[in-house]
Amino acid sequence: MIRLFNYELSGECYKLRLFMHFLRVEFETVAVDFHPGREHESAQLPVLEDGGSRLRDSEAILVHLASRYDASGMWFPVEPVARAQVAAWFAIARDITHTASAARLHDVFGYELDVQSARRDARAIFRLVDDHVAESEIEGRRWLVGETPTLADIACFPDIALSHEGGIARDDFPAIRRWVDGMRHLDGFVAMPGILAPPR
Amino acid sequence: MSEAQRDAALNGAPVDEWLAVSAASRIGATPLRTRLLGRPLAVWRDTLTGDPVAAPEIGAQQRYHAIDRYGCTWVALAAPRRALFTLPQYEQPGRRVIDCGAFGVHTSAPRVIENFLDMGHFPYVHAGILGEEPHTEVKDYKVHEDEHGELWATDCAFWQPRAAAAANAGMDVDYTYRVPQPFCALLYKTSPRMPAERDVIALFVQPLGEVESRAHLLMLLFDDEHDNTALVSFQQTIFGQDKPILESQMPKRLPLDARAEVSTRADAMSMAYRRWLKATGLRYGVEVTPSR
Repeated sequence: MIRLFNYELSGECYKLRLFMHFLRVEFETVAVDFHPGREHESAQLPVLEDGGSRLRDSEAILVHLASRYDASGMWFPVEPVARAQVAAWFAIARDITHTASAARLHDVFGYELDVQSARRDARAIFRLVDDHVAESEIEGRRWLVGETPTLADIACFPDIALSHEGGIARDDFPAIRRWVDGMRHLDGFVAMPGILAPPR
Repeated sequence: MSEAQRDAALNGAPVDEWLAVSAASRIGATPLRTRLLGRPLAVWRDTLTGDPVAAPEIGAQQRYHAIDRYGCTWVALAAPRRALFTLPQYEQPGRRVIDCGAFGVHTSAPRVIENFLDMGHFPYVHAGILGEEPHTEVKDYKVHEDEHGELWATDCAFWQPRAAAAANAGMDVDYTYRVPQPFCALLYKTSPRMPAERDVIALFVQPLGEVESRAHLLMLLFDDEHDNTALVSFQQTIFGQDKPILESQMPKRLPLDARAEVSTRADAMSMAYRRWLKATGLRYGVEVTPSR
């Protein structure tokens, strides 16, 4: 059985929980006391054990899960250009983590950092993402890469959908709001505290 | 009259109230920088005496009042009007005291307390844990103010699918709520391990500003099976579910005139809390409609 070292309120851990729900892969969680215990400082979250392997870094783990369990090949496409585009979004996902997620760490967990600049930089990235989604919509597409959701969407989703907890409202980003809503309505979607499931 | 007291006279802020600012275990020689009632605050520990020290900033001559109690460090900006409330369960043998952390919430302290006192939202916001449809009925309970001026709700009962980390099945849970001071609430609920005892869940809200708060969560309970991480995770999941609801409530200041907020829910404790706050004269994090 796959084991996820998990913190319920972590966007990085949620990425993996969400993806495993989409894949319908069974897993068990081991609770980690990220806050207030700060256990993560010795073991960076998230960590996933699968078979004999122990993996770190949420994007690396997403690639592992897609490669092993996604028979459809939809989530991490093999077509070279699409695959490169997904990988490019991993870098953007990290930038979002360093800005929007940092603002959330400040507001929710009391981390001491420059929250104003974190919010400003996050909004600049959100503007680019919003433009990208809006342009895709004109061409009839709803996802960050290609015609279907991919790991690019999974990688960027939690920190964007939790941005309000860091004082970054999404009112000014209508395409992002539609994209978030599209993710929430995907089959197999699971909520986390702060990201609601769609009404039944 | 001190500067803080002068400000308070103007804006009704509870400067002479003990307010929780941190878990005591996290106050050390390195100052914690935070805010209280809109003012900057630095808190550290005197390495010689071990006592907490609170000041507007590290180099300041001015000192605020600071004490450690119930696992937290408490600060009053002006001379406290009364002693901190009593909590005998804190010393009770067999209880585990578990620090569940502090969480920033973008709303007023009274909103955070009011939500904590409300059982009506359990089946919707905490489905599968603290409530579940169709068990949505809040049975009648009693509300009173005791001789110390504390507000109580007693004889509350609610069916819960998973009342605590230690609960393996659904159970009828007895609740008692206590509001000893405006920004502190305690919940005494049936202990799944010790039916004759009550687990205590404490919520101490630190008003960073009028509509910015930090919620300090503490549990005093009987559970010899689960490790701290599992217990903390359970409580944090519940709080994480409350947070977006709390932050979406408008206005962010709690309206003390019941008619000011359109609500189909007639929640006795919520209404009592608002009346009680109004009577205390608190004018911070609340909206008061002048009487006509």
